Amino acid sequence: MKPIVAGIIGTLGMATVVVLSYITAITYFFSIGKTAGAYQVITPLNFHWLQLTEKLQIDLGIMLDPISVMMLIVISTVSLMVHIYSLGYMKGEKGFQRYYALLSLFSFSMLGLVVAPNIFQMYIFWELVGVSSYSLIGFYYTKPSAVAASKKAFIVTRFADLFFLIGILVLSFFSNTFSFEVLTNPAGPILSSPIASTFMGISAISWAMMFIFIGGAGKSAMLPLHIWLPDAMEGPTPVSALIHAATMVVAGVFLVARLFPVYYFGAPEVLNIIAYVGAITSIFAAVIACTQTDIKRVLAFSTISQIAYMITALGVSGYGGHEGLGYMASMFHLFTHAFFKALLFLGAGAVIHAVHSNEMDSMGGLRKYLPITHITFLIACLAIAGIPPFSGFFSKDEILVAAFHKDLFLFGCLYVGAGLTAFYMFRLYYRIFWGNSNREYHHTPHESPATMSIPLIFLATLSVVTGFIPFSEFISSDSIPFQTHIEWSIASCSILIAVLGISVATIMYRKENTMSDKVASGVKGLYTAAYHKFYFDEVWLFITHKIIFNLVSKPIAWFDRHVVDGFMNLLSTATNYAAKKIKVVQSGEIQDYSWAFFMGTILIVVLLVFL
Amino acid sequence: MFFAGVYGFLSRRNMLTILMSLELMLNAADINFVVFNRFLYPGQLEGTFFALFAIGVSAAETAIAIAIIINIYRNLKNIYVDEVNKMKF
Repeated sequence: MKPIVAGIIGTLGMATVVVLSYITAITYFFSIGKTAGAYQVITPLNFHWLQLTEKLQIDLGIMLDPISVMMLIVISTVSLMVHIYSLGYMKGEKGFQRYYALLSLFSFSMLGLVVAPNIFQMYIFWELVGVSSYSLIGFYYTKPSAVAASKKAFIVTRFADLFFLIGILVLSFFSNTFSFEVLTNPAGPILSSPIASTFMGISAISWAMMFIFIGGAGKSAMLPLHIWLPDAMEGPTPVSALIHAATMVVAGVFLVARLFPVYYFGAPEVLNIIAYVGAITSIFAAVIACTQTDIKRVLAFSTISQIAYMITALGVSGYGGHEGLGYMASMFHLFTHAFFKALLFLGAGAVIHAVHSNEMDSMGGLRKYLPITHITFLIACLAIAGIPPFSGFFSKDEILVAAFHKDLFLFGCLYVGAGLTAFYMFRLYYRIFWGNSNREYHHTPHESPATMSIPLIFLATLSVVTGFIPFSEFISSDSIPFQTHIEWSIASCSILIAVLGISVATIMYRKENTMSDKVASGVKGLYTAAYHKFYFDEVWLFITHKIIFNLVSKPIAWFDRHVVDGFMNLLSTATNYAAKKIKVVQSGEIQDYSWAFFMGTILIVVLLVFL
Repeated sequence: MFFAGVYGFLSRRNMLTILMSLELMLNAADINFVVFNRFLYPGQLEGTFFALFAIGVSAAETAIAIAIIINIYRNLKNIYVDEVNKMKF
């Protein structure tokens, strides 16, 4: 089919989904509304699929509760923006139809993931999302780096999914159900009676929850499983916007949020671990992002850092009403981050489309040539830095408040991370749009076509207004809305450090100067380590090549080749040998045959007479 | 007489000689039938009838055997059984 037809079909399909999800959200939150003060879980569809034992069954269906409806809005909106944007960005590319087919597959999988009523369906769609991501990262399959990156993404997330599966199995074994409604019911069988069995001193449910978190950490690129996300930037930029900024990477956060009552009541120490992993990842990724020169890599590390914020917010959260502030803040940040991160990636795509390169060194002074991209990118940078009245300020502030009231170390990490976020985002902004203003370009960069600019403008509008949504009226840890207000003491501190970060970046990068090189040579060791992403890739490669391949794979391969195949070869050799010996009997001589016949008759007669 | 026929069948090279041993076996069986008839069932004649039929059948079968041997001769130019051994492994 002609490429544009595929594009139109994909976009129209997605637009239908957007309309449906908005209708669903409005109906859910306003028409159906609250029952006894809480938003109810509605299951419009539940199809009994497999019966594993008498008590355990797998259903397929759709479940609506506040966070899944919110995710429906996020996913469908961002996906529609990416569909429209790709009409312009991917124009003329080979494989245009395949691209749209894969985008639709991805959207389908992600939507199925968020409406899953039981954990097994979520796992099925989880894997589907991983496969779509693999296909889309490796879209330019003739490029070896893209192929390697897609393999890396799939293998790392698949490895984490092994732990996820073990967690699911342990959890369902002890609770005899897969369904989220039953598992997360605070008055239900799982949480009200402790599960007594333990393994090495830690209760079974803690192990299950820990493993499930590891699965989520792989998908959401937490330390040390973050290695796949920077390399995943080999895919087309709209793919990076959809999958690796707004939707797939928040699947881990969504998973923890879904199972939050089980985490809070059943395994609170795991929540603590989650919070620490999140905080350390966020500051780690922020430091690396300060040194990268490929604009998509900077955005990738920024994503890792922001998702770590969401995870930390979940980790410090309590349950019920105002205690559950972290939960609400995490979901709020997920909501706003999806929009401004998608905007950043799509804007980066517009820049790459204009200058045909990913590196910061080939950019500078682009604000004259790309006005729409410039303004929208600036809005997104202000949002992510946390400057009021943009959306990022509200969500990030809630997270900082929640962390402050729980643990000062976590608050410290997130606070420093916020400053670093502002710094590296504005470093990125200035290097692209200001910097060397008199730069000569081989061919004048041109502003993107309308199909690319309209999503940018729409997402920028969303980044500005979504901050004012009273999110706690809709999402909270126990589905009962509560009031939040801005705690100005912490808010002012966060604004302060964001402004500090922006000013440092302005001084260093607005005009071309050598300040950044002097700073870099001042902290030479740290700079080199951060530039090489703290050598995590090398460590993982070492572990897989030297340790796993040599100690595990090679013996197993030897066993397979020599013992298993050897046994089969032995069977065939023995058969051949026996056959050679036996075939002499068939001599072709008639008299031999009649002799055998005669002897046989005598034998039968003897047997019959004497037995 | 029967076992003499068996011996001849299994050890001769010439196909016509094998045919003669075959006839010997058949005739031995017929003599057996008539004798048993005479000494066990003196009043009845079924044994003799069967022997009569058997002789007729053996004549027909001998004719066919000779036809086959003539065909073998035409293809191999001799009638030794150890030459007819193509259907082996």
